[in-house]
Amino acid sequence: MVRLERVSRRFGDVTALDQIDLAVGQHEFVALLGPSGCGKSTLLRLLAGLDAPDLGQVSWAAGQAPAAGDIGYVFQDATLLPWASAAENVYLPLRLRGIDRQQSAPDVKRALARLGLQGFENAKPRALSGGMRMRVSIARALVSRPQLLLMDEPFAALDEFTRHRLQEDLRGLWREGASTIVFVTHSIYEAAFLASRILVMTPRPGRLAGEIKGDNSLSRTDPAYASLVSEITDMLHAVMPL
Amino acid sequence: MTKLERAAPILFGLLALGAWQAAVMLLHVPPYIVPGPAAIIVAFWADKAGLLEALLSTLTVTFTALFLSAILGMVLALAMAASRLARAVIQPWAVVLQVTPVVAIAPLIILWVNNPFFALVVCAVIVAFFPVLSNTATGLAATPPELVDLFKLNGAKRWQILFWLRLPAALPYFLAGLRIAGTLALVGAVVAEFVAGSGGFASGLAYRILEAGYRLEIPRMFAALTLLALAGIAIYATLGFLSAAILRRHGDV
Repeated sequence: MVRLERVSRRFGDVTALDQIDLAVGQHEFVALLGPSGCGKSTLLRLLAGLDAPDLGQVSWAAGQAPAAGDIGYVFQDATLLPWASAAENVYLPLRLRGIDRQQSAPDVKRALARLGLQGFENAKPRALSGGMRMRVSIARALVSRPQLLLMDEPFAALDEFTRHRLQEDLRGLWREGASTIVFVTHSIYEAAFLASRILVMTPRPGRLAGEIKGDNSLSRTDPAYASLVSEITDMLHAVMPL
Repeated sequence: MTKLERAAPILFGLLALGAWQAAVMLLHVPPYIVPGPAAIIVAFWADKAGLLEALLSTLTVTFTALFLSAILGMVLALAMAASRLARAVIQPWAVVLQVTPVVAIAPLIILWVNNPFFALVVCAVIVAFFPVLSNTATGLAATPPELVDLFKLNGAKRWQILFWLRLPAALPYFLAGLRIAGTLALVGAVVAEFVAGSGGFASGLAYRILEAGYRLEIPRMFAALTLLALAGIAIYATLGFLSAAILRRHGDV
């Protein structure tokens, strides 16, 4: 679907990304796992086209170059418009593309319902809990049916219970065929639980240190999940000795 | 806030007024030096109509100036956010206007602007528009970058980012600026009235203060001053109340 070839990005003297080679295929769930400051977010911004590499290139498969709304982006904070209701926030991407309110109402309703937000359509963000806000944010990213969903540590600020539920729901959405997902995280458990492929990054300058095939059908109590976690942990410690 | 904390400023004020009245009476200070609160109330009552008319005139200038400052500050801030060239042009001149003492330019403005009412309004606007401009500009620039990215990802045009995102996001900043501008507009109006008043243009509370000073009617001067202070407090409180109500509706608090 999209391929990064020997991509490097520098900010002043700091090399954020160093010669990254990465291909993301159709309907993958890729987790980018690494410590803070390893350039994971920069990588997402490059994929989104919000930033351009200094060296190397980002290339899309024929006919798949993204247009407006083809890429959904979920940030670490919900980043909702505080003055708009949940439904209006979800409508925003469609509104920006000039689709009128009436015509998009079913899509907005479906996106909210998929995230379990029925009955909260008219709630303003301040009236919602952190987890609910993140649900609105994910609904907003999905409403335009993006082919690629980029998520930048979306659950990092949530409590453990809310995080578990949202991780479960996200897996469900992916399994229903929502989109290809590239998910940035610094949590080994999260990467092991969610991703069909886990990419481990080194601390600055960010390089790809290795890759592990995941299995995102495992339950948290499955011994296979535990061994996946320890496999990832081993690789992370190999690139980042304690 | 407990009841006592709520009542404390009023109790303290009454206590201070009582002490003031007592001191004036016990020390036999003549009212043309320092009048007591009772003498001030009597003086206010004697010239009620004149003083209230003067207050109304000052408030008309103040609110006209505040209204124009809000529009001017907002429009200039939008222009600065929309274009870097506009920012480069506007910013230094806004600062120049802000740092020039209005007392110093008021005589010129009163000389140049034929209509005395508008001359006063112009002076008050010069003092009051800057906090609106600078606060709104700060608010327009402080929009979370993630939201700007989100707009761009969905193909937003520049005007959509400005009017659907930056402008509503700047509302709390604009209102904070407006609150400062409210009291500054009053100050600007009064300063301009002083300058105009010394030139013989009879209008507003400042002129009443000047006039009372010339005639050594010190209690009446205090009465006018008191009205001015009360007006300032009322403007500040009203704008605070208004902005809290707007922000609650807007969803920011």
